Amino acid sequence: MKEKLIELLTQLKPGIDYNHQTNLISGGYFTSLEIMRLVMLLQDAFDVTISPLYILPENFESVDAMLHLIELVEDD
Amino acid sequence: METVIFQFEKMLHKLQQKQVTNKVAFLDATSQVTYQQLYEDALFFAYKIICNTKKNDVVCLLMQRGVPMAMMMLACIYAGTPYVILDDQQPIDRIIKIIKIANPSLIIYDEVNLDKCPSLNAFCSTFFLANKDQTQVDNFSLLARKKQIIATDPLYILFTSGSTGEPKGTVITHHNVCSYIEWFVHCFHLNRKTIFANQTPFYFSMSVSDYYATLLTGATMVIVPKSYFSFPVKLFEMMNEFQVNTIYWVPSVYRLIYQFKLLDYIKPKYLKLALFAGEVMPTKILNDWMDHLPKVQFCNLFGPTETTDICTYFKVNRRFANNEALPIGNACENLEVFLINENHQKITDHSVGELIVKGPFVASGYYHNPSKTKNSFIQNPLQKNYPEVVYRTGDLCYYNENHELMYVSRIDFQIKHLGYRIELGEIETIINANLNIKIGFCIYDKENDNILCFYEGKTEKKELNQYLVSKLPYYMIPKYYIKLNEVKLNQNGKIDRKYYQNYFNELLKEDELK
Repeated sequence: MKEKLIELLTQLKPGIDYNHQTNLISGGYFTSLEIMRLVMLLQDAFDVTISPLYILPENFESVDAMLHLIELVEDD
Repeated sequence: METVIFQFEKMLHKLQQKQVTNKVAFLDATSQVTYQQLYEDALFFAYKIICNTKKNDVVCLLMQRGVPMAMMMLACIYAGTPYVILDDQQPIDRIIKIIKIANPSLIIYDEVNLDKCPSLNAFCSTFFLANKDQTQVDNFSLLARKKQIIATDPLYILFTSGSTGEPKGTVITHHNVCSYIEWFVHCFHLNRKTIFANQTPFYFSMSVSDYYATLLTGATMVIVPKSYFSFPVKLFEMMNEFQVNTIYWVPSVYRLIYQFKLLDYIKPKYLKLALFAGEVMPTKILNDWMDHLPKVQFCNLFGPTETTDICTYFKVNRRFANNEALPIGNACENLEVFLINENHQKITDHSVGELIVKGPFVASGYYHNPSKTKNSFIQNPLQKNYPEVVYRTGDLCYYNENHELMYVSRIDFQIKHLGYRIELGEIETIINANLNIKIGFCIYDKENDNILCFYEGKTEKKELNQYLVSKLPYYMIPKYYIKLNEVKLNQNGKIDRKYYQNYFNELLKEDELK
């Protein structure tokens, strides 16, 4: 799952060390439109629905945070 | 005629009478300032500015958007020195381009932008940091400078990107802003109880409306951090926390919230007035907002930087179909607008013509740019009896059957294709009415006489073509469709059309359009 996510992120925005970055949002790596696009990609790739209430900076800061988010919404 | 200072002090006096000068004027994610503190800080910095400038010298502000910036703008006003706000996110080359035109006597920066100063040394000799120090303010100098300021003096110079890529600085006077804000405040019943959630950067003309309306009515402006517009839950939480009742945002932000379906989950509880401008609002997005927030008054504002901010407005008073365009309405009170044809005659029927603006919101012209000024700020073509300057917007409009103005496109967007005169905006309205399209726009490839359609959405090229064929005459159907992962916006949040023109040329060269 982690590899799939990293592949997805690399497609969206290459050149970022997704394995180690933990400030993807606070570090300003993504524009608002990229974040929106990312949400759509995650929903399609992992077949989940991410409620807007989960679209919070802390859920996108790192790959682990995103994986955690996906697990969370899978249970919903 | 009055100055902004006069109006601001009149308002401050009212706050003093009601003993509410501790009311918050501006706040952002990390700080806030009351009217009393704002006034004191502005005078302190005004004195520091006066020590380094003559009246009407240009001062550049290289600062982050936030409370200190809002205060520093007021300081410049008190110092009688028109300010230029530099976008600290833009490349240093463009900052230098603007500085070369503005030729400032002083640059004020904050700590975040300290590293940029060495590159700017060659163009300006005096800099100071926007932090308070031990300077002793001399009230006499402050008063002497204040007395010299009159309503026709420049208040600020706002730079926009010209069509050639060279920045143009529009000079706006005290008289422009006082007249404009008088309309804005009356039209929307703004007052001390108004609480804005500011979205637009201070170097963008839309911010003139919420900034000065706040300053001159004693309202409160919540300066929302840019990142909150990526995470709109935070945005709405902040709006509810501070009981925001008025917003004035670009349509892209309305679109973002629409696409996240955020209004299904959380609502801005105190919102009463939702204004938008800067780009065409897709009607399906407005309809969605209206469905979710039936009690909110929505209003479409329209105007260029050269008319301070707005010249026409339309209070949404009826329901529009998704494929209908919204009117831009009628002239603001105390302003006149009319349409002229190619022979500079006034249009009195429903045909398309260029929008001309006349009245006290019209800027003085462009800074250090007599040729561009001469092209756009012209003698009123309808009368030759005495000198009277009007502004040519370069926008094409027509009057609908309700005598409301309808925006068509920029003059440069009006094209002649297969013998027909076509407005790209008309095609765009149809594209954007499609529920599977997130955003779409058209560009005209003049060299090869092709209409190009760029879009982001779930639809495949073929489907979109079929859809357009069913809605538009054959001569308006784009030749090429280019599906994008994400539409690139420029620094003001508008579609970066220049970029896509070049992008298309690249695709054409590489023969990747088949």
